[in-house]
Amino acid sequence: MDTQVPRTAEADAVRPVLEAQDIARVLTRIAHEIVERAKGADDVVLLGIPTRGVFLARRLAAKLEEITGAQVPVGSLDITMYRDDLRMKPARAIGRTEIPGDDIDGRLVVLVDDVLFSGRTIRAALDALGDLGRPRAVQLAVLVDRGHRELPIRADYVGKNLPTSLRETVKVQLQEEDGRDAVLLGQRTSPAGLH
Amino acid sequence: MKRHLISAADLTRDDAVLILDTAEEMARIADRPIKKLPTLRGRTICNLFFEDSTRTRISFEAAEKRLSADVINFAAKGSSVSKGESLKDTAQTLEAMGVDAVVIRHSASGAPYRLATSGWIDAPVINAGDGTHQHPTQALLDAFTMRRRLVGKDALGQDLAGRRITIVGDVLHSRVARSNVDLLHTLGAEVTLVAPPTLVPVGVERWPCEVSYSLDEVLPKSDAVMMLRVQRERMNAAFFPTEREYSRRYGLDGARMAKMPEHAIVMHPGPMVRGMEITAEVADSDRCTVVEQVANGVSIRMAVLYLLLGGSEPAVTTTSAAPRTEESK
Repeated sequence: MDTQVPRTAEADAVRPVLEAQDIARVLTRIAHEIVERAKGADDVVLLGIPTRGVFLARRLAAKLEEITGAQVPVGSLDITMYRDDLRMKPARAIGRTEIPGDDIDGRLVVLVDDVLFSGRTIRAALDALGDLGRPRAVQLAVLVDRGHRELPIRADYVGKNLPTSLRETVKVQLQEEDGRDAVLLGQRTSPAGLH
Repeated sequence: MKRHLISAADLTRDDAVLILDTAEEMARIADRPIKKLPTLRGRTICNLFFEDSTRTRISFEAAEKRLSADVINFAAKGSSVSKGESLKDTAQTLEAMGVDAVVIRHSASGAPYRLATSGWIDAPVINAGDGTHQHPTQALLDAFTMRRRLVGKDALGQDLAGRRITIVGDVLHSRVARSNVDLLHTLGAEVTLVAPPTLVPVGVERWPCEVSYSLDEVLPKSDAVMMLRVQRERMNAAFFPTEREYSRRYGLDGARMAKMPEHAIVMHPGPMVRGMEITAEVADSDRCTVVEQVANGVSIRMAVLYLLLGGSEPAVTTTSAAPRTEESK
């Protein structure tokens, strides 16, 4: 699918399920949940999965700082080189992996992504983490869980559970990348492959 | 990107910038506790070295191993080549063994092109230096070193527009010079070749660069000065009277280096002949990037191997960074 919202008649089929305010509220709630479950956020490291996961991780870090008064390390974890479908598409550009501080050994790593779907991205992220160190625990925060898991993976913090059919598309837009905040539910128009 | 990497001239600006950007990420892997990625697991790469090489062969091997590829090293010495086997038969042997890519170094210009286009072998071919023709990964690592030093370490997406690069010495026998002229021109840099008239190749006026015979005139206007080794092993005639005269006119010493702008760097593809084209004082100064170039070589070769072999086909560069699509989550 395109990263742009279709501007033609298909635009009618695209329906926002979360608006900017909803996203802000949801992130605040997730931040509180992280603090609650981690009993503070002393050893939390937030790692966003490029592209939009990184922006979400930064926003979460800001909220955590508001709540706890302490700075929370935030970075990014690119999973391109660990994907299981690399050989199904032309070689892709790789994103940035930025590990804050010295390492992630003994820390509580919270992975942050925008949409949880098949779970394959998270599987790749867990492999990537294994090469970077040995966290005390790894948790997962996502803005939207749209179901259709293909691996035994679940999220610890979910912004919104969004039951979808495979014919629907879920698109997260964020100010930093797309100029506005929204989660859009649309209909698949092209018979594109699922994964 | 094309399927093979035979010449630096095969690369478009977008291809080259994508390789440099990818290498920037690969360079960060060298700082990790586990310097390995699973990306090329199960792929076999053959390093076919018909000509002596230390740093290029080791660099390719390190890059292949960091990407988890299986590596077969082939050196002409001690192989069937010394019994008279042809390139064709060697290639077909490799094809029968099922290699996924071939890295080739050959003393004959055009050998990689022949290997890639003759139909002897199906795998992508990467040129690791052929005769006096091309050495594209060297040009890429040089451009990467220049971009890091002159533009900045996080210059993602940027080229070398307007940078003035001077290449000094044995241009005639240098595949490094040819590759660099092609690639630097593609990246928007202005290249000047400086050499004795006898070491300037015929037809240089059609190259996208300037030619000068006076090093001292060019030095103050250079952002990077690349010194080339005088390739005695390829010389079958007297190209200059004496070594002393060559080094006095075209060698880089401390006094000459002082004429360069403050930010300018000194590069050398190696191996250096100290006292000939470069003095020890210059070679050991912190403006000289020789060691950095070697380290960057591994990152660049990882990037090239990943972009050529990492997917079902080479990376597509209509857009510089393909956004992760919704389906692929």
